[in-house]
Amino acid sequence: MCASVKYGSRGPALIPRMKTKYRIYYITLFSVVLLGLIATGIYYITLFSVVLLGLIATGMFQFWPHSIESSAEWSLDRRSVHDAPLVRIPMSSPIPERGDLSCRMHTCFDVYRCGYNPKNKIKVYIYPLQRFVDEVGVPISSTGLSREYNDLLSAISDSDFYTDDVSRACLFIPSIDVLNQNSLRIRETAQALAMLPRWDKGMNHLLFNMLPGGPPDYNTALDVPRDRALLAGGGFSTWTYRQGYDVSIPVYSPLSVEVDLPERQPGPRRYFILSSQTAIHREYRVELERLKEENGEALLLLDKCSNLSQGLASVRKRCYKGQVYDYPQILQESSFCVVLRGARLGQATLSDVLQAGCVPVIMADSYILPFSEVLDWKRASVVIPEEKLPEMYTILKSIPHRQVEEMQRQKWTSVNSPLFLPLIPPRSPGFTAVVLTYDRIESLFRVITEISKVPSLAKLLVVWNNQNKSPPEESLWPKVAVPLKVLRTKENKLSNRFFPFDEIETEAVLAIDDDIIMLTSDELQFGYEVWREFPDRLVGYPGRLHLWDHEMGKWKYESEWTNEVSMVLTGAAFYHKYFNYLYTYKMPGDIKNWVDAHMNCEDIAMNFLVANITGKAPIKVTPRKKFKCPECTAIDGLSLDQTHMVERSECINKFASVFATMPLKVVEHRADPVLYKDDFPEKLKSFPNIGSL
Amino acid sequence: MQARKKYVLLGLCTCCWLLLYYWGGLQERLLGLLTHRRGEVVRPWPNWLDRDLLPGYADQAELQNAGGPGDSPRQRRQSWAGIYKDSRCRMDTCFDFARCQGQSSFRVYIYPPEKGERVSESYRKILTSVVESRYFTSDPREACLFVLGIDTLDRDQLSTQFVPNMDERIRGYPLWNDGRNHVIFNLYSGTWPNYTEDLGFNVGQAILAKASLNTEHFRPGFDISIPLFSKEHPQKGGERGWLVRNTVPPRRKYLLMFKGKRYLTGIGSDTRNALHHIHNGKDIVSLTTCRHGKDWEKHKDARCDHDNQEYERFDYQELLHNSTFCLVPRGRRLGSFRFLESLQAACIPVLLSNGWELPFSDVIQWNQAVIEGDERLLLQVPSTVRAVGTDRVLALRQRTQMLWEAYFSSVDKIVLTTLEIIKDRVNSHISRNKFMWNALPGGLLVLPEYSTHLAHYPFYYLNLGISPGQEFTAVIHATSPLVSQSQPIMKLLQVVSKSKYCSQIIILWNSEKPPPHRSKWPPMPVPLIITDGRRKTSSRFLPNAAIETEAVLSLDEDTVLLTSEINFAFHVWQSFPERIVGYPPRSHFWDPVKKAWGYTSKWTNEYSIVLTGAAFYHRYYHHLFSHYLPSSLRALVDRTSNCEDILMNFLVSSVTHLPPIKVAQRKQYKEMPILQVRPEIHPKKVFLGHCFMSDKGTKMAPWANPEHFTQRQECVNTFASWFGYMPLVHSQFRLDPVLFKDHVSVLRKRYKDLERV
Repeated sequence: MCASVKYGSRGPALIPRMKTKYRIYYITLFSVVLLGLIATGIYYITLFSVVLLGLIATGMFQFWPHSIESSAEWSLDRRSVHDAPLVRIPMSSPIPERGDLSCRMHTCFDVYRCGYNPKNKIKVYIYPLQRFVDEVGVPISSTGLSREYNDLLSAISDSDFYTDDVSRACLFIPSIDVLNQNSLRIRETAQALAMLPRWDKGMNHLLFNMLPGGPPDYNTALDVPRDRALLAGGGFSTWTYRQGYDVSIPVYSPLSVEVDLPERQPGPRRYFILSSQTAIHREYRVELERLKEENGEALLLLDKCSNLSQGLASVRKRCYKGQVYDYPQILQESSFCVVLRGARLGQATLSDVLQAGCVPVIMADSYILPFSEVLDWKRASVVIPEEKLPEMYTILKSIPHRQVEEMQRQKWTSVNSPLFLPLIPPRSPGFTAVVLTYDRIESLFRVITEISKVPSLAKLLVVWNNQNKSPPEESLWPKVAVPLKVLRTKENKLSNRFFPFDEIETEAVLAIDDDIIMLTSDELQFGYEVWREFPDRLVGYPGRLHLWDHEMGKWKYESEWTNEVSMVLTGAAFYHKYFNYLYTYKMPGDIKNWVDAHMNCEDIAMNFLVANITGKAPIKVTPRKKFKCPECTAIDGLSLDQTHMVERSECINKFASVFATMPLKVVEHRADPVLYKDDFPEKLKSFPNIGSL
Repeated sequence: MQARKKYVLLGLCTCCWLLLYYWGGLQERLLGLLTHRRGEVVRPWPNWLDRDLLPGYADQAELQNAGGPGDSPRQRRQSWAGIYKDSRCRMDTCFDFARCQGQSSFRVYIYPPEKGERVSESYRKILTSVVESRYFTSDPREACLFVLGIDTLDRDQLSTQFVPNMDERIRGYPLWNDGRNHVIFNLYSGTWPNYTEDLGFNVGQAILAKASLNTEHFRPGFDISIPLFSKEHPQKGGERGWLVRNTVPPRRKYLLMFKGKRYLTGIGSDTRNALHHIHNGKDIVSLTTCRHGKDWEKHKDARCDHDNQEYERFDYQELLHNSTFCLVPRGRRLGSFRFLESLQAACIPVLLSNGWELPFSDVIQWNQAVIEGDERLLLQVPSTVRAVGTDRVLALRQRTQMLWEAYFSSVDKIVLTTLEIIKDRVNSHISRNKFMWNALPGGLLVLPEYSTHLAHYPFYYLNLGISPGQEFTAVIHATSPLVSQSQPIMKLLQVVSKSKYCSQIIILWNSEKPPPHRSKWPPMPVPLIITDGRRKTSSRFLPNAAIETEAVLSLDEDTVLLTSEINFAFHVWQSFPERIVGYPPRSHFWDPVKKAWGYTSKWTNEYSIVLTGAAFYHRYYHHLFSHYLPSSLRALVDRTSNCEDILMNFLVSSVTHLPPIKVAQRKQYKEMPILQVRPEIHPKKVFLGHCFMSDKGTKMAPWANPEHFTQRQECVNTFASWFGYMPLVHSQFRLDPVLFKDHVSVLRKRYKDLERV
């Protein structure tokens, strides 16, 4: 809702924890990741999202949150897995070819099945569950459908991707569970795959596998012959992974869901390095022990407990010299946690470690890290070549504390301004002045006459906000050298001044009120020159400040002679036309309506908007502090002034709550011409006529 | 009236239709309820009754055991080296890391050219880039990486630049070692008609840095895809991108354009022969010509004459400037010149080149800068690009410029990027992350040896949503011996140490006399460190481990400043931590008569340099100054004892593309001896009298020597030629305190002292 604009501007992140309060945030991030990816081969990306969706929704993958809501409507429909039809595989049933390592999207994937769809929403079909058995009735898998695979398929079927119409499907997901190769009979599983009605050489079929290979050599990809099927696999090596075709996924650890670990703040931990894996090769254990000898207490090397009985209890315990530690809780006590390869490259420990908020030290040469094509693993983990294990301690010690904390946080905010390229646009296109007026014709004409003297003025637009009265005849308007156009509005709204009119053809817009007559041509031209150096900021004249009122516990608007500035008034300010789009179409929450209803604070809203998206302060130019002469304000009277201030303060509080943050930035500087007030011949100054206050 | 009736009728129809639809749906649902058949239709994947009884996919113990510890890692590594060779090479198996250890671990050696060896223009540029890079070594024994002296860029047998007998010649190299630790540059491989990826010789275990690489042959994490570039591609610097402003709406005159050859036969013709289908003559201009090759008329078809005519009507450059998207289809090979051309022109590339491994795909996130299409789906391209929203067009377009300027605009950048990618692999734990490669100012300006932590760099604060620290380190450059307690440096120490943001002061002792004893220095509220600069001017910007703060305040020993001036400048720097923020402004200009850059110290309406005699900047720039810049430029600075401040300004502006920031009114930052006779350096400056002086100045200051100024002019030109362009940018404003010289009570002013300067 309100904060969507801001979230949309955040970059991708690596988030292993799944706390409810962050869910929306994560999901937004997730979509950002995906949106950012759309270009990387449209179908690969969709494939990616399907895989992610499956993992998220099952809770298998802690990188993104999920919530599965099984609708009550379906609660009547209750069947057992055992009701699924039995299919007998004939002995001579054909076996698919082994996976083709040269497969890529453009060679092995049939895009024509996917049809055209600008949103890249492809359709996924899931085969109905069948129980495959061989000729003598032995099932092809010792476990059958696993809980995890069931959850994964449920999630996909609940999503927009799902279709039950085979003919419309672009991607096919077999209901044959191949998550764990150990429980499979390879040949029979392959035959079962080939028997699927739409198999067609595995084209557009997606398989999920987390534990590939088997003894003794443990292949790094599923050994089941699978033709051209795509594979979302855990534990790929660089030799088996087909970049842009396969997806690398983490090995799910059920422990992470069973044990609810408290959230730990980033900071120092009791141990520096922890090794918790139970199956570490002897050569590596020797190395680790040597490190332990050299560095003592900083390292904790755990192993399985020899004296405990087998079973679940032993899974949750680790031992060191007879001392027993709880696993995975102990992971939270260390800054770094070692994840060494075993026979397999993908380790479930990685999931535990990330869940616990420990920084993984991954040592698995040639391992394709989960989702490595989108996740920046170097920001959340330390990857060390196995050979450098003896140097691990030195390498980790060289990482600055603050970086370790950032890694522990595993969640990064990043502001990406939409106008991020450092450009100083050329002077020549000039700027478009947009004058907002109601009926003060005399003053309006004076403003127009004054502005028309500014050398870089390209066009004048008068936004006529009075519906009851027509603008004066053309002949009555002052004669100006640039095009002048009057735009009549349908409603008397303040927001009209920020509408991205097609008539604005320059990047730079000067928003100006119809009563700002005291700004000199030099001041305006100088303002434009400063804007050119800060095209992504508001550049204006009088500055204003927001302050925290400790007594009232809320924000306060300040217009007195302050040494600081956090806003500039848009009664006369330069800004990029892009912000007109933002203001008109992307203003968070109900701010736009609030402004139009109160007929006030459109400038504060604009300041919030720009500061929020760029993270930068506005630029106040020249000494100008007030728009109106002091005598004029005196007439209005003090009381009016005070209600005005109260209302403005209210605006700040309102907007801060809608933005869910205070985006305004406070600075102590203003921009003056280089030779301002210098003892220098006035006629040699570019901007001699800079007025005061 | 007629129209209104129509609308009413239409509305009524819609209502009826909706009602029918609704009722129909309801009926169907009721039916479903009665027949109990709903589950199969509505619920695609059943909510199994025994869901909770389903087994886990793997036993917990099995998961933790993960198949056991596996084979001996040592044996595994050995056996890998035997299996994963040649086409299956990876860094782990085909690269000798042992060669890259030690202090200066990453060194590149080039084989000396053989007598009479002809090398193409492009290859000569590549070799020059390597030689001028900071990684070059002329000693093969200390090399980690080897580059061939033989030109391997064009391996098309029909080409005049084709070098025969490569296998034989390479085998003659004693260091060849089956190509291990070698990198082979190539732009063209294969020949008519198939244009295969074959180089015509056995590259063995050498890393290929090759254009038009195919994903199938690409050895991930080993080979490097480079862009195809022309022989006119500049050695250094290079043209800037064409985007000068972000107009909104960002659409240009044409939505999509292509202008190029149509192949009637042979590889690539499937795509090139179809491109004309999307031409609509309005916002999509796709022009093809048959007129290429010697015997095009032989293959001529019915379209040719008309197409050729249409082709001439549009100018390629004009189209580049005025299109939002540019089609970049494959040619005979996968890559094409137009990829870089459209990147530079900020015309968002729409790739139609299936299987092309994009340049530097290891590190660059291309999805942020290009649209990847599919050759098979050409006809969908128009609607795909039409669906790209305003924000995305803006972002993609700016991204093309960022990538162009960071990695592609010169041969130097392309070669350095290649080397840096390999270096990142060699020192994998001290390497750049994806963010560093893809954020401004680009990976080449990030030296991971300095830090791998983003918050330690001056240009990521905004991205990270954090601000720089609240303290600074003052570095005072001292060249005169300490003789009296009233010397300017004593006063300066007092002034600086009084700032509440000052955490320490470092005196860089560059005098001929040894530094005075500690007791000679006044007592300070902050730590005072004296370091020896060994009388080198460049030592001023040596990375000093003692500098613990992000901000450095650089001062000359005779700088005159007030504490409040220091505080104000520091506050401004916190808003612009990537720039130089300080007091003494200078300017450069183009002298059309001399056809050279000029340097001026007179007061002008604009400036492009802020001298480092009184300026804040980020400490990372010390690192860049000492490690990124070539030693030749630092040697120049040391030889002349001059220009280090100008060089620093060049460096920082080349990183930011922005001017430095001058704060407040003070321009002259040294005390000027009143009767000093000043050398007439520039005739124009006479009337400006008091103000053009003193780039450096004490009584015996080097600037009293007229040569000093001439040197500075020369420096500007030398630096500009090393950078390959003029990085300095002018600014027309300075930043003053908000109430500066306003007619309000001084009691209100936080920086009232500044007005007395």
